[in-house]
This record gives sequence, structure tokens and C-alpha cells, in this order.
Amino acid sequence: MNDATSASSAGQPVQRVVLSSDDIDRALTRIAFEIIEANKGIQDLVLLGIPRRGYPLAQRLAQKIAAAHPGFDARESLGQLDVTMFRDDLAHQPTRSPLPTQLPKSGLDGKVVVLVDDVLYSGRTIRAALDALVDLGRPRIVRLAVLVDRGHRELPIRADHVGKNLPTASSEKVRVHLSEVDSGDNEVVIEAGA
Amino acid sequence: MKHLLSTQDLSRRDALDILDTAEEMARVGQREVKKLPALRGRTVVNLFFEDSTRTRISFEAAAKRLSADVINFSAKGSSVSKGESLKDTAQTLAAIGADAVVIRHWASGAPQRLANTDWIDAKILNAGDGTHEHPTQALLDAFTMRRHWAKLAGTDSAGTDLSGMRVAIAGDVLHSRVARSNVWLLRTLGASVTLVAPPTLLPVGVESWPCEVSYDLDATLEQGVDSMMMLRVQKERMHDSFFPSAREYSRRWGFDDARLEALDRHGLKDTIIMHPGPMNRGLEISSAAADSHRSTVLDQVSNGVSVRMAALYLLLAGGRDAEDHSNDAVTEGIPA
Repeated sequence: MNDATSASSAGQPVQRVVLSSDDIDRALTRIAFEIIEANKGIQDLVLLGIPRRGYPLAQRLAQKIAAAHPGFDARESLGQLDVTMFRDDLAHQPTRSPLPTQLPKSGLDGKVVVLVDDVLYSGRTIRAALDALVDLGRPRIVRLAVLVDRGHRELPIRADHVGKNLPTASSEKVRVHLSEVDSGDNEVVIEAGA
Repeated sequence: MKHLLSTQDLSRRDALDILDTAEEMARVGQREVKKLPALRGRTVVNLFFEDSTRTRISFEAAAKRLSADVINFSAKGSSVSKGESLKDTAQTLAAIGADAVVIRHWASGAPQRLANTDWIDAKILNAGDGTHEHPTQALLDAFTMRRHWAKLAGTDSAGTDLSGMRVAIAGDVLHSRVARSNVWLLRTLGASVTLVAPPTLLPVGVESWPCEVSYDLDATLEQGVDSMMMLRVQKERMHDSFFPSAREYSRRWGFDDARLEALDRHGLKDTIIMHPGPMNRGLEISSAAADSHRSTVLDQVSNGVSVRMAALYLLLAGGRDAEDHSNDAVTEGIPA
């Protein structure tokens, strides 16, 4: 506790690494196989990452699925779904610029869509994503894969595939660093709250 | 950004933010469900004291695609013709609960007046005021040019500017709010602008604007132009004899068939021809030029909806007291 106070007084928030680069990789490998298993193969599978950090995770999952199933087209079955315009807190937040939404050429109708995000917390991002999906097509099944589930849900939403369940206090912050988006190593850290 | 009144006080970052957001809005226009819920429950008033087709329809379509409620108000057939003042009109709109007012007015500075007084506490978007500014037109022009410029460079247009692009704007600069807004914005985005007009149709003080001025359209074309924008000869504002005859104007400053061929002769195969509309065919632009593959007139109209969606979204979607541009501070894992 003393360490914590001295560290934060030095301007550095207290950080605790909970997943290393290898841990993240192992978790994603497991999720990739879970996705294949739940879908009984790769038929109609589409991975949609939620910006920013869900997309690189979806990309990594797609590569792992393709490595296990050579018939899986990692590029054609991957997309990005921006949910900015569908958030329920737009009016209470500073304006956010939307990010691109890119869908596979074959569309979403009749597909098995796996939404991919980094941290599942209140569930509100996922609710916005479900709303955004409705305007884009009619998937046969929608599933959710997240790297970290930190609890504190505010809506009746749960993930189908979880990299790590992480009990946290709501004052703490969970930060996911991915080499594709952030400079530096892949890791998941918990920062103590103020 | 609190209001969108002019392009002169628009920073490079704000301008690029609007253009990048417009790229995303353009994608929505291609979907089956052309609607976003972002402005649900907000009321946008189109307050038009001057006639307009394109701008009003475009703003209306933009607001509706963002799920806002739209009230159209034109001075004709309203209490304005009974002598109601701008202040009373504004206060009426405030009482109705307008969140944004899109205003076109024959008096330069009318939008500024609405924004700076306490008559109404709404976001003000200038849709053309007198001979002052027409910022959303300049933004949609810049958006059209940027897409063209990025396509030539083989890059994605999001995030890029207009560095190195040579733009010529020809015609009635004196009365043109489009020209003014374009000069400031294109300069901010890194393009070099040349105004081409008869001396009688150039405003006093044009030498202090951040652009070149020429009286000779052929010479400007010969020097090389990447985008040629023709302005409408505004007959409704032509109360003096600014040029001897329409034929003489057309021959010296109109974009006619000979000048269309001259583009090929000068090797300018990628030059686009722009016009803010409505066109006076045969006066400032020939039909062959207006209908050629170089013409971006219809692209400009459809881009107008995307750009106005972006402007409405960026002005209206955020919290009333929240600060602008703290995008980067939004972090995953924080409750949203």
C-alpha cells in the first residue's frame, strides 16, 4: 500500500501486469479452437472486431483459425464493426469521430458472426454492436469473444468465449496493449484507480 | 467546434475531422438501411430566408439519416413576410426547442448574430449568408477534391489533405460566398488557389487573400490546373453592369468547349471540372463541359449529404457541456 502511494505521487499510476504477451497468445489460441468447436467447423464463420483493439484481436483469431483449418479464408471472413453512432451515451460524452466499418464482401446474411472485443465490462458496447448489426444484415447466429471479462455488467449480456475472467474493482482500469495499435509489447495491465 | 459559421476560423484538425467523418457517413449512404440513430430526439430547424434547392434538401436528408427531427422553415409564407424580426424568429425556434439551426440568410453575418446573442441556445450552421460564407459547400468541394486527389495518389482519402493541388476558381467572385469559403478552407488544407475573374467581379481587398488572382482564364489553364471550379453568374445580384454582355463574359471567362479541348491539349487528363450549382449552361459552363467525364457536379451533390451529416453529427451528438476532441482519452475498459 505504501508502495502504491509513493508510486502514484511520482506521477506513475500503479500497474499490475495480468496477462503477458504469451498469455494473450495462448488465450487467443484456445478461443480460436472454441470458436471452431462451437460452430462445428468453419462454415459461414465471420469475425467482426470492434475498434480499436477488437479488430487486431479478430485478425489474430482469424489467422489462428486459418492455421488450424486451411479452408478458412482469414481475409474474406474478417471485418470491423464501428459502434460509435449506436452508443447510448453519445449525448453525455464529448463527440467521438466514427471509425470505419468494413464488412466481408459476402455480407452478413445467414452467417455466424463472432463479435470480438478486448474488454467486456458494462456490456453497453456490445449492446450498441448488436444494434449496429441489425442495420447491416441478418446473421444466423451472433456470438461474442472477448480477451478479458472484468465483470460489473449493467446489461443482460455475457460472452461465449473469454480469454481471462478478471475480478476487478470498478475504480480500477484495465488496459490492453496490442502491438498493432499501441507502441510496445502485448500485455494486459490493471491500473489502480484514483 | 461550437458552431459552423465560416471556414476562416476552421482549424486544419477540425476540417480533417469533418472530412474523415464524412467518409464514414458516405458508407452509410450505400447501405440498405441508410439510417443511423446518432441524433435521435434532436430537432434540427432549416431556417431559409433565401431560395435554395440543393442545400436545403441536402441538409434535410442529412438530418433525417441521423434520425433527427427536421423542421423546414422558409421566409416565404411565414411570419417573416409580415415583418417578424430575426430575433423574434430565433426566440420562437428556441421556445420550440431547436437543438440546431441551419440558417441561410441574405444578410452577411446573420448566422454570426444568432450564434453570438442569447436569442437562442442552439448550434448554428451557416448555410450561406449574403456574400460572406457558405462553409458546408466548401467542405463538400474539398471532400470531392480530396477523393479525386487521393485516387490519383493511389491512397485512402481518410486523413489526407490537398497538399500540392492546384485549384482555379473562375467567375463571379465578388458575390460568391462559395469562393470565399473555398479560398480559406483549401488554403488550410494545403492547396494553392487561383481566382480568375474580370476585375469588376473581384472584391476590394482580394490582394490580401491567401491566393493568386488572374484575369485570364486561358493563361491559368495553360499553367496547369488540377481542379477547375466554375462559379454561377448570380443574375439576381447583378444590379450594375459588371461586364458588357453575357456573350463576352462567356467567351472570356466561361468554361466553353474550346477550353474543354484545351485541357487535353495541355496534357491535363486528370483535371476535374466543378460547379456548386445551379448551373447557367452556356454562360459560365458549356453543356459539353458540364456533362463530360471530368465533371463532378453530381458527385458534389451526393457528397454534400455526407459532409452535412458529418457536420451535424460532430456539432450535435456530443454532450452539451463536454469538451471537444477528447477522443484519445476514451479508453477501453472504462464504463461507457
